[in-house]
This record gives sequence, C-alpha cells and structure tokens, in this order.
Amino acid sequence: MAGSTILEKTTCYHCGDDCDTLNISIDEKNFCCNGCKGVYQVLSENKLCSYYTYNDHPGASQERTDKRFDYLSEPTIISELIDYTDAEKTIVTFYVPQIHCSSCLWLLEQLNKINPAIHYGRVDFLKKQLNIRFDHRQVSLRQVVELLDDIGYEPLISLQDIIKEQNAATKDNLVSKIAVAGFCFGNVMLLSFPEYFGIAAAEQSFKYFFGLLNILFILPVVFYSGSGYFISAWQNLRNKVLNIDFPLALGIAVLFIRSVVEIITRSGAGFADTLCGLVFFLLIGKFVQKKTYHHISFERDYRSFFPVAVQIIEDSTERPVPLSQLHTGHRIVIRHNEIIPADAILLKGEALVDFSFVTGEAIPVGKTLGEIIYAGGRQTGEAIELEVIKPVSQSYLTQLWNNEAFTRKQDNRMQTFNDKVSKYFTVVLLTIAFAAFLFWLPTDFKRGLAAFTAVLIVACPCALALSTPFTMSAALGVFDKNRFYLKNTAVVEQLAAIDTIVLDKTGTITNGNNSSIELKADLTSEQKQLVYSVCMNSSHPLSRMICHFLGREERLEVTRYTEIAGRGITADIYPHRLRIGSRKFVPGPRSTTPEATCVHIMIDEKYLGYFSFVQSYRNGLEKIAELKAGYNLQLLSGDQNHELPELLPFFGFEANMHFNQSPQQKLDFIQSLQANGNKIMMIGDGLNDSGALKQSDLGIAVTDNINNFSPGSDAILDGGSFHLLPVFLRFSKDTVNIIHFSFLISLTYNLIGLSYAITGKLSPLTAAILMPVSTVTIISFTSLATHFAAKRRKLL
Amino acid sequence: MSILYFLIGCSVLLALVFLGAFFWAQKNGQNDDLYTPSMRMLLDEEDEIPPEK
Repeated sequence: MAGSTILEKTTCYHCGDDCDTLNISIDEKNFCCNGCKGVYQVLSENKLCSYYTYNDHPGASQERTDKRFDYLSEPTIISELIDYTDAEKTIVTFYVPQIHCSSCLWLLEQLNKINPAIHYGRVDFLKKQLNIRFDHRQVSLRQVVELLDDIGYEPLISLQDIIKEQNAATKDNLVSKIAVAGFCFGNVMLLSFPEYFGIAAAEQSFKYFFGLLNILFILPVVFYSGSGYFISAWQNLRNKVLNIDFPLALGIAVLFIRSVVEIITRSGAGFADTLCGLVFFLLIGKFVQKKTYHHISFERDYRSFFPVAVQIIEDSTERPVPLSQLHTGHRIVIRHNEIIPADAILLKGEALVDFSFVTGEAIPVGKTLGEIIYAGGRQTGEAIELEVIKPVSQSYLTQLWNNEAFTRKQDNRMQTFNDKVSKYFTVVLLTIAFAAFLFWLPTDFKRGLAAFTAVLIVACPCALALSTPFTMSAALGVFDKNRFYLKNTAVVEQLAAIDTIVLDKTGTITNGNNSSIELKADLTSEQKQLVYSVCMNSSHPLSRMICHFLGREERLEVTRYTEIAGRGITADIYPHRLRIGSRKFVPGPRSTTPEATCVHIMIDEKYLGYFSFVQSYRNGLEKIAELKAGYNLQLLSGDQNHELPELLPFFGFEANMHFNQSPQQKLDFIQSLQANGNKIMMIGDGLNDSGALKQSDLGIAVTDNINNFSPGSDAILDGGSFHLLPVFLRFSKDTVNIIHFSFLISLTYNLIGLSYAITGKLSPLTAAILMPVSTVTIISFTSLATHFAAKRRKLL
Repeated sequence: MSILYFLIGCSVLLALVFLGAFFWAQKNGQNDDLYTPSMRMLLDEEDEIPPEK
C-alpha cells in the first residue's frame, strides 16, 4: 500500500462517534463534525464544560444542523405552543427526546448561564420534558429553540401536542382521594378499637362520642373519595350495563346508611371501619391500574411527526406557512431531513426520499422530476421544490385518519373478565340479599333488614375488583422488563383473547435498519479497504451499511472526494481512483437483479461488481411461524410479492399472504376478518399500518427505538424482543388464569361472610377482619402467582 | 377519663394538619416528578470560575 497514509481512529469528544477527519478540533479535542464542535464552543464560552465531566461523550451527534425555525416567529404558532405568558415572562414546556443522562439534566438547567433572559429550565427526566421560563422582551421563543438546538437538544415540536394532552389527562385527583380515604381509615380504625375490645360500662359515654366522630370521618370518604363509584354506577345503569361499580356503590351506600343509623339510634357500632378500608383499598387498586408510561405516547398519528410549518415560495421569496394553511398549488421547499407534508409533484432537485416512517423501509427511494411524492417521506440530500397537489388532510396517507376507526371512541374493545362476571355477580348478590330479607320478614322485620344489608356489605366484591388491577399491573411490569410496553392493563386480557395474528412485512418482520448485504464481487482485502475508506466519508445510509458490512478496516486518506446526492461517490486514494454508486453513475455490464437495491463499484476504471441489499428477517420469525398451530397467521404487506418464496415456509399458504395492500385496504382487511368473529392482533410499524392497528382488537407497533416515532397503538414492542412474542402470548393466558383463580378465592371469602350475613348477625368486628384479610390474600396471591408464572416462562 | 375528649381532639387536629400539608404539597406539584430530583442532587452546584488575571 505504497503512498497511502493510515489514519488513527479518534472519537468525538462530544458525542463519541468515530471521527472521519482530524481537521475539526479545538483545545486539543477532536470532533466528528462542526455541529459537535459548535456545541463544545458554546459550552466552553459559557464555562459549562462540567457537562463533559459527569458522563463520557454525553452529547448527541450534531451532523445534521440545517434545521429551520422561522415558523416560530408566527404568532399563531407561538400561542399554541406556550403554557403561559404575561407582560414580562413566558413559560413553555418542550418535549426533548435527547434527554438521556445526568449531563443533559445539568446542562439544560444551566440555560440561564448561557442567556440570562432565560429565568430557569427545569427537566422532568422520565417524561423527557423541559420547562423553561424566559423574558420574551429580551429573547424570543425562536431564539430559545435555536439555543437549545445549538447545544444539541432540539425540542420536538409537532402539531399534536402530546405534552398538553398528557397534562390534561392526569388531573383527576386520585391521589388526593386516596389521601383522604387513608387518613379517615386510620382514624376510624383507632376510634373503633375500643368498641371491638369492649368498653367498660362506666365509660359508655365514649362509645357515642367515638360513633359521632366516625360519622364525621366517613362523610368525606363516601362523598369525596367514593363519589366516582356512584357516578360510574349511575352512568352504567343508564346505559343498561351492570358492571362491577354497581355492587361496589351499593355496598358503600349500604355501609354508610347502616353505620349512620346504628350510631345515631345507639343500636350498634356501625361499619365505619369496613367502609373506610373498602374505599381505601379500591382506590389503591385504581391507582395501581393507572400506571402509565409518560415518555411513550400511544396516541400518535401523522400530526405528531409532521412539521408544524413548511417553507413556501411566493413571488420568489420564501416564507413559512403553518400546515393548516397549506393549499393545493403552493410551491414548497423541502430541505435535507425535512418531511414532505402533503402529496406533491417534484418540480426541481434530486429527490431521494426515505419512507421509513410510512413503510418501515429504511433505504431511500429516488424520484424523478414530475413524479408524485406521497406525504410522509423524508427528503435526504439536497433541497427540492415541489408543488402541492392535495391538502394535508386529504393526502394518500393522511386521509386514512378520516376513517371512522379513528373517530370512534373505544376504550376497551373487548369485554374483560370482570365485565362478564360482574353482571352475573350482581344478579346473584341481589337475589341472595332479597331472599334473606324475605326469609326473616315474617318473623322479625328488623332482623330481615339486618340480614339484607349484611349480605350487601359482606359480598361487596372488593377482592374481585382488586384481583384484575393487581394481576395486570404485575404482568405489565413483567412485559416492561422485556421491553414490551402496553398502553394499559386491559391490554393484557386482550392479548390473551386474540385468535388471529396479522403481520406487516417491511420493518415488522424484516429488520428496519439492517438489511443484509451481499457482496457480488471478488474484492481483495486491499480493495475492500479502499471501498471502506471512501464510504466512511459519506453519511448516506447505504454507505453506512457498506462500512458496517466491511467491518473495521484501517482508514486510508482520501483526496478529491465528491459525492453527488442520489448517484454516487468518486474519490482518489493514491494511486487509485474509485467510483461507487448507482447503475447510472457507474458504467458496467447490465445484468443485475432488478428488485434489490444495488451499489456498484469501480476501481481504476475497472468494473468489479456490486453490493446488493436484501431485507433480512428479524430474529425469531421462525418462532412466530410456530404460532400457526394455535393462531390464524396472516401477512399483510404494502410491497410487491417478490419475497413470497422466502416467506412461504413461515406462513404456510399463499392465501395467508396479502401483498400490494394500500393503507386503506389494510384497514378493510382487518374489518373483514372481524366480521367473521375473529379477534385480531395486528403487528405493524409504519404510518401505513395505522388504520389496521387502530381497527384491530389489539394493535402492536414494533420499533427499534421506543423514543422514535411509532404509530398509534395499544402496545409498543421493542424490535429486540420480537422473538419473545409467542412467550408473551402464553404469559398473558397465564395471567388470565390467575385472575380466574383469584376470583374463586374471593368467592370463598364471600361465602364465608355470607354464612354470617344471612343469619342477620354480622358483627362489625367480623366484617372489619374479613374485608382486609380477603384483600391482602388477593393482592399477595396475584402478585406472587404472576411472578412465578413469569419465572416459568423465563420472562424474569 | 374526660381528658380523652381533649386528647382525641388534639390528635385529630394534628392529623388534619398533616393531611393539609400533603394536599399543599400535592397542589404545589411536589409529587409530580419523583425521579429527577434524585439525579439533580448528585450534580455539584459550582461557583463561577474567577476570570484569569
């Protein structure tokens, strides 16, 4: 290798990536790109270099720094983004996906050192949110965002403001209700002990005093903490549904009335203790069930990743226009890494569009002038000009959201076990209560009433109401450890109930990022080194993949490097000359496989061959294929059917494989399966699956990075856990069995309680012991059983 | 034993104060983010480096 110099490998001080050149350095520190160096300069000027002491290479790579924030000067857009503003200050909350370590936290809370007009920055680490208060007379919102971008923390600003939706959703003071119930529970228990242990005859006056205090305590428990149950029961009754809230509300009401009557008439001690305990435990169950992932959004649609505004050309000047005002006929400019927001015709420039958001296909597609480019693609390479031919909401992709599947409000698409059981439970409960009443009525009216109320008290399905939330939240924790994130606890039950699995192809069963590369050329190791050195200089995804494929070669110094976007690279490595790129770019024999993407190589004017990129399948596809035995397995792809022969063994029959499906057809396909009574799980990844994911009984989005975009779904599965899917399905069935079994346990307790109750002689002490004991049994049984089931399935 | 009336009054009052404190903390947003402060406390509050002479 005469005449070639070998470069040492250095890593970027800021982000830790390999440095391509040694030219970008300052203070004896090397950087991979000017962006990273810029961040370092901003930080060092402001004496914020402690950023680098908390973690090694805390920064994110800054290779792409041509973002534009002109639209943040538009008053209409500003007013939508900010939380609060007055004459002096503005408060705004940003979602910053880059937040990942303590250095990020430290830096973002030191913003006032860079610009004193920023009063403070506060980070919520788990939600990846940054709350900033700034003086808008001295610094504009746009400047704040630009500052954040300069230091490498570009906020994600989208039309669908997830932050505000989430903050609105959490305002239901469940915690306050639990606090009140817990406070009263403790006090009432204390005041009830003397009654349980017996009070001397001389001190009977205390009994009445304690009783009155108990009434005071149960008032807030019933009318504040327990109010939700009455409201829910009433609403369900009006909709002619008997759900579990009805017997619960009935139990609470009966407990309350009987306690008040007994205490005031001095005929007994009342059940204040049981009442407070019941409400307290029920609310705890509700709290456990409400576990959510703040940093993952399950409700995303196209709006959450489309830009807020787009640059249009009018009278040969550019200006930003909010997407809602974008009309047909507008001429728009899309720069490197920007998303095309509406169906448009390419007028100028070399389009190389990455449709990975839409289809999951990672390799960019070249488009020629005059061709229609569908919305949702991301331009890579130079700036292009397009003419909008359809408004944003009417584009090929986005019109999917006009379908009724998206407007329908559906919380639980399937009846849960609780819903099914509680209907019968309520009927049986009322029957027993009235039977007991009628039995005693002829002999002793008072005793009949006592028996009637006692039945309703003792059979109050507290344990039943708790078994599902506790089992499901334990299961949710297990899934979470295996990087399978469910939207809520009800999804576990849905997972157990499905009988049909529909899979998308690209990005779902194929690997989004790592297509397998085949080298169809005889290259010597020296030639490989040459190709590697050249490709290392390009940020094009295909070049990156080639470098990855060739592995860590030593890099040679490259001169006269030119990259023509969408075509290829020419470069010199003394004494060789290389030409790497598309067929048009590299002259040579014309016999390549038509369907695969190819990169051709020419060294010293001699054609050597090509790299071909074929999608590889995710690990564990064969395990999914084994599910054929128990499930109806279908493939639903938007692609051509040239991979049919490879996929046939996995799916069995050609009839189960559907190619060339448009987003709308995918949705319709799911609907047609549902019409046959199937319960469908759809697994997809791109925006084109959104309709099918929403329509299906259980939509799972597969993604390789959970913080990246994923379409709205019920669950998000990390690509690395794809092979565990069959285990997840079996485990979900286990948890449903656990719920069934805990239901039996709670029934046993109910029967024991009933045997006391129907005699009309239920003592407050019995109720006060039975209720917490049954609750604790259920909670510990479900938690332990779920844990063991997970162990057995090797998920823990 | 009538001192009990007074004592129970005191204990309930004290408990109410704690409940009130919890409500105040809740409203104040002190329970909104339970994770970040654990990281924040590990970062040093550093003094301005004095400008070199």
